[in-house]
Amino acid sequence: MGRYFAIRIGRAALTIVLVVTFAFVVLRLSGDPALMILGPEAPPEVLAAFRKAWGLDDPIWAQYFDYFGAIAKGELGRSMRDGRPAIELVLERIPATLALTLPAFFFKVALGIPAGIYAALHRGSGIDRAVMMTAVAGFTVPSFVLALVLVLVFAVQLGWLPSGGQDSWRHAILPIATLSLGGAAVLARFTRSAMLEVLGQPYIRTASAKGVPWRKVVTSHALPNAAIPTVTILGFMVGTLIAGAVVVESVFAWPGVGRLLVVAVANRDLAVVQCILLLVAITMVTSNLIVDFLYGFLDPRLRSKGAHA
Amino acid sequence: MQPLVSIADLRVAFNGVPVLRGVDIALQKGEALGLVGESGSGKSVTWLAALGLLPRQAKVAGSVLLDGRQILGAPAAELDQVRGGRIAMIFQDPASALNPVLTIRRQLSEALALHRDLSGETVKAEARRLLDLVGIPDAARRLSAYPHEFSGGQVQRIMIAMALAGNPDLLIADEPTTALDATIQAQILELLSSIRREMGMAMVLISHDLGVVAENCDRVAVMYAGRIVEQAPSHQLFADPVHPYAQGLIGALPPLDGPRRRLTAIPGTVPDPAHMPAGCAFAPRCALAEEPCGLAAPTLVPIANERSVACVRAEASRRALLRIAAE
Amino acid sequence: MNAPLVAVSAISRSYSMRSGMFGRAAAVHAVDGVSLTIPRGETLGLVGESGSGKSTTGRIVLGLEPPDHGEVRFDGKPMAAPGTATWRAQRARMQMIFQDPLGALDRRLPVGTQIREPLDIHGLGTPGEREERVRELLRDVELTPAHGARYPGALSGGQRQRIVLAQALATKPDFLVCDEPVSALDVSIQAQVVNLLCDLQAQLSLTLLFISHDLRVVRQISNVVAVMYLGRIVEIGLADDLFAQPEHPYTQALVSASPAPGRRSAGRIVLAGDPPNPAARPNGCAFHPRCPRAIARCAQEVPVLSAVGGNRQVACHLVTGAATRDAA
Repeated sequence: MGRYFAIRIGRAALTIVLVVTFAFVVLRLSGDPALMILGPEAPPEVLAAFRKAWGLDDPIWAQYFDYFGAIAKGELGRSMRDGRPAIELVLERIPATLALTLPAFFFKVALGIPAGIYAALHRGSGIDRAVMMTAVAGFTVPSFVLALVLVLVFAVQLGWLPSGGQDSWRHAILPIATLSLGGAAVLARFTRSAMLEVLGQPYIRTASAKGVPWRKVVTSHALPNAAIPTVTILGFMVGTLIAGAVVVESVFAWPGVGRLLVVAVANRDLAVVQCILLLVAITMVTSNLIVDFLYGFLDPRLRSKGAHA
Repeated sequence: MQPLVSIADLRVAFNGVPVLRGVDIALQKGEALGLVGESGSGKSVTWLAALGLLPRQAKVAGSVLLDGRQILGAPAAELDQVRGGRIAMIFQDPASALNPVLTIRRQLSEALALHRDLSGETVKAEARRLLDLVGIPDAARRLSAYPHEFSGGQVQRIMIAMALAGNPDLLIADEPTTALDATIQAQILELLSSIRREMGMAMVLISHDLGVVAENCDRVAVMYAGRIVEQAPSHQLFADPVHPYAQGLIGALPPLDGPRRRLTAIPGTVPDPAHMPAGCAFAPRCALAEEPCGLAAPTLVPIANERSVACVRAEASRRALLRIAAE
Repeated sequence: MNAPLVAVSAISRSYSMRSGMFGRAAAVHAVDGVSLTIPRGETLGLVGESGSGKSTTGRIVLGLEPPDHGEVRFDGKPMAAPGTATWRAQRARMQMIFQDPLGALDRRLPVGTQIREPLDIHGLGTPGEREERVRELLRDVELTPAHGARYPGALSGGQRQRIVLAQALATKPDFLVCDEPVSALDVSIQAQVVNLLCDLQAQLSLTLLFISHDLRVVRQISNVVAVMYLGRIVEIGLADDLFAQPEHPYTQALVSASPAPGRRSAGRIVLAGDPPNPAARPNGCAFHPRCPRAIARCAQEVPVLSAVGGNRQVACHLVTGAATRDAA
């Protein structure tokens, strides 16, 4: 068992290193932070001093090793804009993001999974077609379009809800709705196809042939098997709890991690960007690890083989 | 004597395409009936339809009586009592016929709880007895294993144990050994016939393999394109098949000893169910076909004690045979 | 007597396989010291159950896999190293057909184009000649040129297997390895394809290695039949009398397990035990745990394949020479 975990944890660590490296390279290559932060009119001596202070003069590999050395010591750098520790800036935004993404996650699951199961069990019916059309619409429409439509209807036309900001719980309704609808659509489609796949398996016919009532065939034979692929997509959704709301936070002017990221990228505030990316990579990788272990729990076949996958 | 099961004019269509076109079968208690035919002949569909196991889009018509009671279109609760309790079924691909995420114990106990009113320790003891009965070594320990931990032959044994859990009067074995190696096939067939003898259970053995059916059944029905074309006691069918298709099937089988001869292959292929020829479905491939064959589909007509054939030409040849016998 | 087209001497092949998540890697001897010769224009049948190594033997003979030990000689010369020009020239003279024709064909191309493909690859003939050759090949496998325009999905299983056969014959090979070519087909169609294979072999003087689990089909098409069990040949002899008078207890069980119309199952030899597992090969004679006649010696000593009279060779301690034959 140890070997199985070790391989997966090692792979997870490697993923994080690669993500951080990628971010480091792309950001350093795409513009001079000193110019971006101080502006083009800044005197050359000021620019030089800024670069020296932040180590931007060093060769890129030296900056890279310094950066990793610091991470290893738990130092994630300071914001180049206001000098505060990047981690502090990021952490204080997390509750705001979770206030959107956690309820949205709940609604996605509560809407998407039952809708998918229902559609699969009533394949070809009017309800199945309605669910699937909604689902297709739900994930083909980009979230910013959906967000704008919701704003137009509920904020501008009807005037029921605010169009942006974070002053009351009513401000959270539209962002949460935007996030939930898209995710529920993806989940519904995924659950439906997983269910259909399982319902077509010979063991479902075996269960019916031995006289198991249909309701029990679905609950005790089909669902446990359909859960296996569905867990993958759920894991992915858990992984996006921190950074999955970038677009929605921007549209609704919601001061979460996503909006911080957009601002930090625009300003080349390297430490903040890297800190967020590191956090995102860690949550993604952790949720993938959890999914791997859940697989082992749900599927006895993986417990005894598949170690070399 | 009232037959155990009697199927009359059973018809099945998928999306308007008929795949079963009027099947009649009467099965006595304790009898072993073989159903042979090539893929698409409707031999499996017959029993899936009879037990209401076909997907919803299948249109099923006709009559299926179990001890004189109509089970076709019966309410779900009644069908659930029949399935597994009176008529059990085992399938071709043992590897995918058991639920991969449930232990053998759970899958066996489920059947026991449904049909035998057992609970607690008695379920466990009975599950163990059934595994012993079908020859799974170390049954007590193996109960907590999952299907993938067994070989194909063992899984088929477990399927048989599960089918026996409800003490059925009839076991439908749908290609039970097709996916297995020859020596394992022999084991499973042996197990099936010894269990059948002990329990006095009737069996329908569905197979594409004439040899398998001939060796293990009292009576054989040959199916072609959704109909039964010939029915006879098995030794008679193989000694002197009357329907040209039955003759063709036997001629197409290479002999295992004696002189080698060129195989008498049936030309052409099975007709597409969506474009069935008029009249006898076999006529386009039949060497004996004449004009009347294309006019109307022949019905199954008795030609001797316990023998019947659906062929215009066979009736003619039978008359000729009787004339010779009379002289 | 002419030299054999294919001569296989003592080939072995093992894989390393891990069993389960915590299992240790174990060597699986898929093929273990197999020797075969196939005279020009003849058919050697290879029978066995899953795990017997018959398909691996076929792949090694074709040069698709190198043997760990032993040698395959084709037309008197050893098989060249894969990728070399000599190897390519040798490979053009040998082809393979498999059980699943749909897997071997590209669903998005008309089958005629797929038959022509090997001609295009090897640059054989002008485009006009290639078209003519495709028509000729379709005729050879008893299809019409109209079939060439169809896609694999629009053909029946038997027709697809004919297309695969036509494709294999395009380069005019001398040697064909057929791995369960008719196992997926219905009996009536199977007979058509078997007859066709026999006709083509006679017409084109093909040499065949015919691999199947079906004793009847193998006997129908082969001159000589070899029976494999867990990577070794346990019995080899002329097709006409091997199954009529099997000597090795395993062959006897196989023959007995092959159902025959008009016979009841009484008196059948039913082997105990599970199918053999190549990863856990028993010591001595690999068949001894399931053998109804095994003696103490069988568990210790590996029996060698030796002549027992006639054209028969058997690897069994209990079958030795003519004396035992008469007694059996």
